[in-house]
Amino acid sequence: MKKITIALLILCMTPLSVIAGESGMPLDRAPVDITDNASLKRGAESFVNYCLTCHGASYMRYNRHRDIGYTNEEILEKLVYTGQKVGDLMESAMRKKEGEEWFGVVPPDLSVIARARGADWLYTYLRAFYRDDATATGWNNLVFDRVAMPHVLYEMQGEQKLVVKGDDKSLALEKPGKMSAADYDKFVGDLVNYLVYLGEPHAKARIDLGIKVMLFLLGMFVLSYFLKKEYWRDIH
Amino acid sequence: MSTLLNSMLEWIDKRFPLSSNWKAHLSEYYAPKNFNFWYFFGSLALLVFVNQLLTGIFLTMNYKPDASQAFASVEYIMRDVEYGWLIRYMHSTGASMFFVVVYLHMFRGMMYGSYRKPRELLWLVGMAIFFVLMSLAFTGYILPWGQMSYWGAQVIVSMFGAIPSIGDTLQQWLLGDFTLSDAALNRFFAYHVVTLPLVLIVLVFVHILALHETGSNNPDGIEIKANKNPVTGIPVDGIPFHPYYTVKDIVGVVVFLFVFCGIIFFAPEMGGYFLEYNNFIPANTLQTPDHIAPVWYFTPYYSMLRAVTVNFLGIDAKLWGVILMAGSVVIFCFLPWLDRSPVKSIRYKGPYFKIALTLFVISFFVLGWLGTKSPTPLYTLLAQIFTIIYFAFFILMPWYSKIDKTKPEPKRLQE
Repeated sequence: MKKITIALLILCMTPLSVIAGESGMPLDRAPVDITDNASLKRGAESFVNYCLTCHGASYMRYNRHRDIGYTNEEILEKLVYTGQKVGDLMESAMRKKEGEEWFGVVPPDLSVIARARGADWLYTYLRAFYRDDATATGWNNLVFDRVAMPHVLYEMQGEQKLVVKGDDKSLALEKPGKMSAADYDKFVGDLVNYLVYLGEPHAKARIDLGIKVMLFLLGMFVLSYFLKKEYWRDIH
Repeated sequence: MSTLLNSMLEWIDKRFPLSSNWKAHLSEYYAPKNFNFWYFFGSLALLVFVNQLLTGIFLTMNYKPDASQAFASVEYIMRDVEYGWLIRYMHSTGASMFFVVVYLHMFRGMMYGSYRKPRELLWLVGMAIFFVLMSLAFTGYILPWGQMSYWGAQVIVSMFGAIPSIGDTLQQWLLGDFTLSDAALNRFFAYHVVTLPLVLIVLVFVHILALHETGSNNPDGIEIKANKNPVTGIPVDGIPFHPYYTVKDIVGVVVFLFVFCGIIFFAPEMGGYFLEYNNFIPANTLQTPDHIAPVWYFTPYYSMLRAVTVNFLGIDAKLWGVILMAGSVVIFCFLPWLDRSPVKSIRYKGPYFKIALTLFVISFFVLGWLGTKSPTPLYTLLAQIFTIIYFAFFILMPWYSKIDKTKPEPKRLQE
């Protein structure tokens, strides 16, 4: 009976499986470390330079970035390009209607994109663009077929082409960009790390508080256990 | 000091039955002394309910039930409200944990025959609580207005449309519109924060009243009231709920909080099972997600909804799905009358019941797992097989529980 009890409890508490990527493409592991402020800052600066022009992060306020080691002055200098105030939301510079005219869809808000797509998907996606003359933008993507977004980072990465061998699809660098492959991976790694932070800015505070709560509960457990034992001494 | 307190208590007791209720429901409510692990989940369900009420009130202060603002207001809570992220995770994790503890609570009742005479009404009130809980979970899940909120609700609402003749009208009446829209979000918000919690509070109160009338069952499934001390009139195997079970439940609460806080602080999405990844995409009425899956606690029923693929007996496949889904939940209500065994507890029941219950639990888990997957021919076949097993547990019960080889019940509680 005890064994069944424990087995059932474990069954109830563990997730049944982890949802896999939809396209079936194997995803590369993103180097995520939300405690690495230097990486988050590099990512934030790339984000406002390359992403925020078309995408918004409109649930996030600029001054929240004090959490990753900026001062208000630094935020205004390094992150705010649109003349907004430090307490404003990170709205996109582009109007929704323009986006629809230019790309056929409004570029999605990226505030919680890392929570919807997962870091590994984003990390793979941003490195999986290739030249495809059959699409409107001239770009296609291995994990997001016929994506509306062109390869914004191609200057850095260069141009890749699709190599098909039987059922296997892979990418090969055709024209090198400004960065080496390793540097580009690191660049995207920082950007994705930032997107993970952006998805849940309080994640670090959550884990820190969690450890304290668990320690408190441990103390509570010892107390309550001996209290119960003391009261139950006379029950047979 | 104590005389002052005593005279205050006397003053109150003349005007309100405080002491007598304290005695009747706590200090002189006699519970069997052999409660085991499975008996923690009733009080834990109460704890989670209080958690939901309190965190829910604070969420309501900042949430906006408006299709164009709902998603953003949830992120506002997560980012800009002080400790909003904690309140929201307590509520979202609480929703899932409510089902965890209620499922374990119900399973306890099934193992030890707690639904049997004289506790049939107690069981039925419990089932009513379960129905309200499901409605609360459904209406609450719509509120963040993400893709899964929207399309999950679309699936559920379309079920009402499958009801013959009145379906379409009923669906429109529920939605307040022809499609799922802002009007529906507003009324589901009203149900979620006012109507259903009020009903639930009353039902929980009635559930406890009914329990204290019959007294608690126990792992041996025998009545402790049958064996009272002739002098005091107190059940020989009973102990006062307070302090014995209050201090014991505190231990259970702390252990539960380990799990609960572990999820809140270290895995609030619980691998996509408590907070689905697709629900971090705002609702898009024009774009159906590739794969619609409800939250884990509804997946067994969702599997049964999808299991019927052909029309038969002149009834449409979709309507069969709805009938099976509703039936799979309602059928629990008949347990008190389906069980014909001479004994209550699994400890004294024979192999047939044990096999049947094991198969039932397996089918519940398999159906739950299948409900998270996109249907394939194999998965649909599995869902059909396990749906039959699920229902067979109930429908065949009058037969197998009667012919089962049971052991004699003891006169007194065992260990």
